[in-house]
Amino acid sequence: MTRAELKNAVLRILGTVAPEADLTHLKADVPFRDQLDVDSMDLLNFFIAIDKELHVDIPEADYPKAATLDGCVNYLSARLGGQT
Amino acid sequence: MPLLGADMTAGRLVAWYRHPGDIVTRGDIIAEVDTDKGAIDVQVFTTGVLEQILVQPGEKVPVGTVLAVIREGVEPGAPAAAAAPIPPAPSAAAAGPPPSEHPRASPAARKAASALGIDVTSIRGTGPGGVVTVADVEQAAAGGSSDGDRQERMRRAIAAAVARSKREIPHFYLSTTISLERATAWLAQQNAARPVGERLLMGVLFIKAVALALREVPELNGRWDGQRAVRNEGIHVGVATFLREGGLMAPALHDADRQTIDDLMRGFRDVVTRARAGALRSSELSDPTITVTSLGDRGVEAVYGVIYPPQVAIVGFGKVVERPWSAGGRIVSHPVVTATLAADHRVTDGRRGAAFLEAVDAFLQDPGRL
Repeated sequence: MTRAELKNAVLRILGTVAPEADLTHLKADVPFRDQLDVDSMDLLNFFIAIDKELHVDIPEADYPKAATLDGCVNYLSARLGGQT
Repeated sequence: MPLLGADMTAGRLVAWYRHPGDIVTRGDIIAEVDTDKGAIDVQVFTTGVLEQILVQPGEKVPVGTVLAVIREGVEPGAPAAAAAPIPPAPSAAAAGPPPSEHPRASPAARKAASALGIDVTSIRGTGPGGVVTVADVEQAAAGGSSDGDRQERMRRAIAAAVARSKREIPHFYLSTTISLERATAWLAQQNAARPVGERLLMGVLFIKAVALALREVPELNGRWDGQRAVRNEGIHVGVATFLREGGLMAPALHDADRQTIDDLMRGFRDVVTRARAGALRSSELSDPTITVTSLGDRGVEAVYGVIYPPQVAIVGFGKVVERPWSAGGRIVSHPVVTATLAADHRVTDGRRGAAFLEAVDAFLQDPGRL
């Protein structure tokens, strides 16, 4: 997947977790938690959906690295290695 | 029409999923009703044959109205004529005389209507001689308007419930700060070894600790029936869940004290997801025996809740924060949480409430027991 495809995938997954959120104005360098009305259950569902759709199981210790749109895309890009 | 919470007075039948003559089994979902808190699946609590449907889709009826007759122990095809006499269905529109220009209303009802912003002259009275009662005001607040949008109706329903709670229940409040050093380490160790779909949240440890502590202070898992305290048999923890469009619900995790932590986590995820999707079952709204609420995700350090009648207690958890903590004669930094209890003073007292919070703390110091 390209970075653009990864970004689109992350946004699509976020949309399923927080369907009321206006993702067009999402700031890429601000934690999801600070700009979306999401709680710890939503974030768990987000990481579960990432695993389901992109086959990347993000360890809990790495959650902070994937807490923003940029951080999440960077993290997934690195984990998926040569596929991006 | 099942009572799906203290704030519900009526519901509209949306659809039947079973037909007369069908066999129904305890726990089956047989219908859907629309309430101020959304569409709810109605379960049955007996096994038998659905003999007769008494309320048709589109009809709005008061809580307690018989929706259908189920004949226990009757085989499919048995004649419907064998049915027992059916109590007449009360009509939501025939609860009393029509409102007059100057209806009589009790002082308490006028005060309640004023507090809720309702014009008392618009309310149909059901008291002696058509007097508007507090219950009439609450009913009007909960569902009087059929054309208001969902959010407004839910807000009114919540308003009626919390107003009743604060009016009738003498709350007392306790709080304690609990070190989560051990619970946090245990959780991290557990989650490091689990795939993402099986990981636990701190919230489920709180729920389980509350459920187990209720075994030690069972009067907090009770209800007030107007004259005396009654203890509930099962420990069904209602988890306060905010809804994205506004409002909240507190669906039950049944027998939370007897579930494994993994089963409880699966149930927790399931009811929160379904509450937000508007797909709860009737038993999940009617059965909670205590409520657990947490505003930790919103950065709040302590939450003092309003008891949801007829329950007699609500337990709150705030944000997990790092604080100086004295341990083994040294000051160290520990993750801590403020746990609160709001309880009904008619049922119990501060000493027992303190014992309850102490038990919650003890279970969180030994997370392997959860």
